[in-house]
Amino acid sequence: MITYLSNNSETVLAALRQHIWLALLPVLLGFAIALPIGYLGVRFPRFYHPLVNVAGVLYSIPSLALFVFLPVVLGTKILSPINIVVALTIYTVALLARTVADGLRSVDRLITESATAMGYRRFRRLIDVELPVALPVILAGLRVATVANISLVSVGALIGVGGLGQLFTRGFQLFYLEPILVGVILSVLLAGVADLAIVLIQRAVTPWTRFQGGRA
Amino acid sequence: MNLSYLFDAAHWDLGASGSIPQLLLSHLWYVILALAIGTVIALPVGLYIGHTGRGSFIAINAGNAGRSLPTLGLLMLMVTLLGLGLLPVLIALTVLVIPPILTSAYAGLRSLDPQVVDAARGVGMRPWQVLTRVELPMALPVLMSGFRSATLQVVATATVAAAVGLGGLGRLLIDGLAVNDYSRVLAGAIVVAVLAVLLDLVLAFAQRWIVSPGLRVSR
Amino acid sequence: MITFDDVVKVYPGGGTAVDHVSLEVPTGKTTVFVGPSGCGKTTSLRMINRMISPTSGRVLIDGEDVAGQDEALLRRGIGYVIQHAGLFPHRTVLDNVATVPVLLGKTRREARAAALGLLERVGLAPEFAQRYPAQLSGGQQQRVGVARALAADPPIMLMDEPFSAVDPVVREGLHREFLRLQKDLGKTIAMVTHDIDEAIKLGDLVVIFRQGGIVAQIGTPQELLSDPADEFVAEFVGRDRGLRSLSFDTAAELPVKPVPAELVVDEAGRPLGWRTGADDVRPTGGTFTSADTLRLVADLAILSPVGIAVRVDADGKADGITPHHDLADYLAARRG
Repeated sequence: MITYLSNNSETVLAALRQHIWLALLPVLLGFAIALPIGYLGVRFPRFYHPLVNVAGVLYSIPSLALFVFLPVVLGTKILSPINIVVALTIYTVALLARTVADGLRSVDRLITESATAMGYRRFRRLIDVELPVALPVILAGLRVATVANISLVSVGALIGVGGLGQLFTRGFQLFYLEPILVGVILSVLLAGVADLAIVLIQRAVTPWTRFQGGRA
Repeated sequence: MNLSYLFDAAHWDLGASGSIPQLLLSHLWYVILALAIGTVIALPVGLYIGHTGRGSFIAINAGNAGRSLPTLGLLMLMVTLLGLGLLPVLIALTVLVIPPILTSAYAGLRSLDPQVVDAARGVGMRPWQVLTRVELPMALPVLMSGFRSATLQVVATATVAAAVGLGGLGRLLIDGLAVNDYSRVLAGAIVVAVLAVLLDLVLAFAQRWIVSPGLRVSR
Repeated sequence: MITFDDVVKVYPGGGTAVDHVSLEVPTGKTTVFVGPSGCGKTTSLRMINRMISPTSGRVLIDGEDVAGQDEALLRRGIGYVIQHAGLFPHRTVLDNVATVPVLLGKTRREARAAALGLLERVGLAPEFAQRYPAQLSGGQQQRVGVARALAADPPIMLMDEPFSAVDPVVREGLHREFLRLQKDLGKTIAMVTHDIDEAIKLGDLVVIFRQGGIVAQIGTPQELLSDPADEFVAEFVGRDRGLRSLSFDTAAELPVKPVPAELVVDEAGRPLGWRTGADDVRPTGGTFTSADTLRLVADLAILSPVGIAVRVDADGKADGITPHHDLADYLAARRG
């Protein structure tokens, strides 16, 4: 494996670089889109169930099918990375919109009511009170979405753009174990590092959660 | 792109090899096998950890660790190691199924009101009775949601089996892509999504059936 | 002054919560809304800061209809305390207290400095300032809730069951603090409780609601105890209301008899006990001064081995006695 790595470091690094941005760009885009959608699911309760159902159906579309379809719908080239980014953004939105809605719904009504009673207007209450209190739930969803995206990117290799996934297809075609193993390990490591990064961010931005264990 | 492939009667001939019903059945077969094996492995472990509290670290991290494994890589790794066949596919899919079931079994037991478990012990139940008569029935809603998300994932991911030459609905995607037949790809995607939604409905129905109405109120 | 002018609240499909209520919450006093659950007391309270809008009628603050005012601005000028305090879990105690001043445009620094002083005012040591609500006990959280409501120094405070989530011993302490604070601050307070004893203890004025959002009686605690308007109020204020009403009068005008020889006193004249036999002296069971309540006198007369309450002067010297039948005669004469 070491030999493989030293002989193919260029290829592996290029695959890793592509993997990182193919996975993480959709997380950012998806998060930005999911926030307002999730909020709508709370602001207008009748949207909540449709939102959950649509998200569920979107998430059950096989990634391979979505990767293949988007060029037809978007008019992009089949080998364009945009297909992967858009597909993963859709999954991220499907996952996070529900998490954002659930997180906001989990905020104790006593807390939102006392904010209102103290004279918060709706928007500032959302920014100052509801979002911060929902943040642990939302960030937990972000961890899931990030890790899932990192492992999903490799399926893109079946249509020619898949970061570390290209190491899988290459190894598979040549019946050669090393590249597959390197790809799997790097992919898992990348997911672990990204996950850890979010955990550390969460610790830093939600210090109060450390004390909530003992509360009934 | 159109629906012609999906609605062509010739593709629905149960007898013809590679027809939609045949692919659907083999797809379903992979899904059921993977779910069955995964449950047999993950459920006892998750219940044990949840009941005793020992090894919580494993249960908490199993979910994310499992999700981080790239299924395509795992599958190709297994095929390269074990050769073509059902076994490598099943291993890859089972690995996918274990984390959500294990984590939800653990989380389901941990989320229970400790007073209820205490009361169960207080009326003289043995550990096994506490688990089967109190903890398990009460943890069912959480456990079922884990099982449902495992099902959704495995239905969508089983399509990858076609990439290593096996059957299942992934054939429509891979073969359609190979010959630029988008109508076939669309048919595959729709059938997989419909299958996922239907299975989820069946499980939702089963959940209503097996979960005590007393637990439904608060959920 | 807060005025309810023929206020009605009807929920669609849910019946009448508040039924033609007219009342006044006087400035600088504590007015307690009390009644069984579902009597409209909380709904009434929440109409003051427009958390709920009346179906008809008006709620006025100092003559101005709240309906015409900007909701958020109105609320920033009214302190609000609720059961379980409703503190923001993601903010430190200090920042919780600083909330409204910051909303009103104060800098965070100014607001925090003021908040520190308020914590002390509600009896919390400065080391609590940097803790999060989850690190506090229920009683401490409730104190922070009060400090937060006081932070912008609002003339009006609304309190919705503020003390019902804490245990009786802690509640007792919070009651004392409340009375002490209110004596200093003189806020216009409207408070909701389901506990009539709390209402009588804390309220200058008590409004008793009955099912269906109807006001059964408005009066001072003493008036409610001595002169309930109807069966419902009599039942609600409780069976021992006669005895409790004695808490509102002192023994200043209660006639006493001279101290008899049977009362054994020390050289300074302080009572030691009653001589009930040749060498048998039994303790008096306690003494009262003319500043104590009639309820204490009755209590002492009952507890005394000879049925006589002993009065002492400021030095503790016995200066008179009241046998229980004298007390009964006095109470009967006072009523007539």
